[in-house]
Amino acid sequence: MSDKQGVLGIFSYVDVTIETVKKLKDAGFNNLRVFSPVPNHEIEEVMDEPESIVRFFTLGGAMLGAACGVGFTVLMSTDWPISVSAKPIVSLPPFMVIIFELTILMGALATLLGLLINSRLRRNAPITMYDTRFSEDKFGVMITCEKENVKDAEEILTSQGAEDIKFDGV
Amino acid sequence: MSEQNTLTYARVNDDIIRMLDKPTFKWWALFLPTLLFVGFGLFCFIYQVYTGLGVAGYRHPVFWGVYITDFVFWVGIAHSGTLISAILFLFRANFRMSIYRIAEGMTVFAVLTAGLFPIIHLGRPWNFYWLFPYPNQRELWVNFKSPLLWDVFAVSTYLTVSSVFFFIGLIPDIAAVRDRVKEVPRKIMYSVLSLGWKGSNWEWLHYTRAYLFFAAFATPLVLSVHSVVSWDFAMSNLPGWHTTIFAPYFVAGAIFSGLGMVITLTVPIRKIFHLEDYITLDNYDGMAKLIMLTSGIVGYAYGIEFFMAWYSGVPAEWYQFYYRATGEYALFYWIMVVCNVVIPLPLWFKRVRRNILALFIISIFINIGMWFERFNIIVISLSRGFDPAAWGIYTPSWVEIGITVGSFAWFFMFFLIFLKTLPSVSIAEMKEILPVPKKEAKT
Repeated sequence: MSDKQGVLGIFSYVDVTIETVKKLKDAGFNNLRVFSPVPNHEIEEVMDEPESIVRFFTLGGAMLGAACGVGFTVLMSTDWPISVSAKPIVSLPPFMVIIFELTILMGALATLLGLLINSRLRRNAPITMYDTRFSEDKFGVMITCEKENVKDAEEILTSQGAEDIKFDGV
Repeated sequence: MSEQNTLTYARVNDDIIRMLDKPTFKWWALFLPTLLFVGFGLFCFIYQVYTGLGVAGYRHPVFWGVYITDFVFWVGIAHSGTLISAILFLFRANFRMSIYRIAEGMTVFAVLTAGLFPIIHLGRPWNFYWLFPYPNQRELWVNFKSPLLWDVFAVSTYLTVSSVFFFIGLIPDIAAVRDRVKEVPRKIMYSVLSLGWKGSNWEWLHYTRAYLFFAAFATPLVLSVHSVVSWDFAMSNLPGWHTTIFAPYFVAGAIFSGLGMVITLTVPIRKIFHLEDYITLDNYDGMAKLIMLTSGIVGYAYGIEFFMAWYSGVPAEWYQFYYRATGEYALFYWIMVVCNVVIPLPLWFKRVRRNILALFIISIFINIGMWFERFNIIVISLSRGFDPAAWGIYTPSWVEIGITVGSFAWFFMFFLIFLKTLPSVSIAEMKEILPVPKKEAKT
């Protein structure tokens, strides 16, 4: 049995949500999650999460794609050299098209992989700590804290005017 | 955006998810005929495979005809989807918000349609996989110096990337549908497709970055793909094909035709689903301005082709263009000029750009004109090569026309299914252009 408890407060306004996050952080609650129907820069700012590392997946995928493009074209052309119209066997200008396309393809697929891995879809919050109104017009603040601190968290949520508060063992 | 001020977050969900209600009689009345035409197209293809490629109208010296015209046309249609979803995203053009999902769906279905034609065009279509580099017992590899192989890589990359981009954009919206639907099979389907999306700050953080990178990748991709398609022609030395302007000419033409198709598709959807508050006149005005720009570019290309042919001093090149405007195919040439250059001219007037009926009519002419543009480039050039002894005339056969009609039905079939299964206006992005609900604004 975990000693942690989840508390979820539901709000209608983004400014109230942000204010609540600030108050919770001031009170020492640092394990927070905010739910919103749209991406919001102010929420991103107040949550102060580290920069997404999806970009490294993109860069890695693109570089791997370019390397595969060079490898494909050069190795396959030299594996069975067929000389046509005295053209060089390894000719970079036409190969650039293939290299470019594979750079884009693998960069894009690696970005997708980076998104799926890093956003931890499917396991980033217990399902009871989700409210279907988050995909419509409500904002949510989820606090994960020790059981003895639940009361304090609830008080802050109530004082901020949370429309609904839910509890769950994490 | 004043016209969108009456919208709220909740209303956006209501209005867009309502489009996914049970199909009505009108939907079936459109869907069943498309199935019929798809069936006819399939019958024509089977007949062609069974009988041989002779049933197509190919005659010496024209061995690229309607099928390759259809291929280039559909690849072109696919382009404005990515233009609207990726390039306009990078430029933060808000008028894209309401139409980009329809345009992206159109892109995916158009590439799916385009991809069929090189296979249909093959004498032995069951050997299509020979185009891909794979280890085989002959230890033979593909020819990477051939523009036709560049096409294989470009079009398959484009299909993959545009499908992934389409799906990524859909994830938050599918989650919104999942949270709304009650029926168990639909709930399961949307739950699986939403990948467990909950809209947490963590998800949005990675999602917005990933979306930006997708847009950044899709932008050069969209420009490259139609350039590669144009090099299928420009890399050969046939009069009418061997020109350096083909890549920008094809890209502008692709965006032009794609925007035409977006208007053709969105006007009825807007009317049927009462989306006037979403797809606004400002949105159409933005699209019409892009049509004016690209129509100007293709018009310039039509003119400069004549100048280049004359200035080259090559008689075969000059004759090719003289023949286009005055020969047996002149009617098709002038249909192209009128539809693509003359008919869009009224768009210079704001009143026309904001008149939905006028836009719809102009968009239909653009679709027709752009199909004929590809036909003219391909067929007329091939029919009048360097050697007068090898000149000939090509007439499409009923099989080719049947497959072409089938391809339009195939495209609309996917599109109609899309309208009833996935949100065709982006719920999350529509909300992004609405005022954020703030308490201080209320008090």
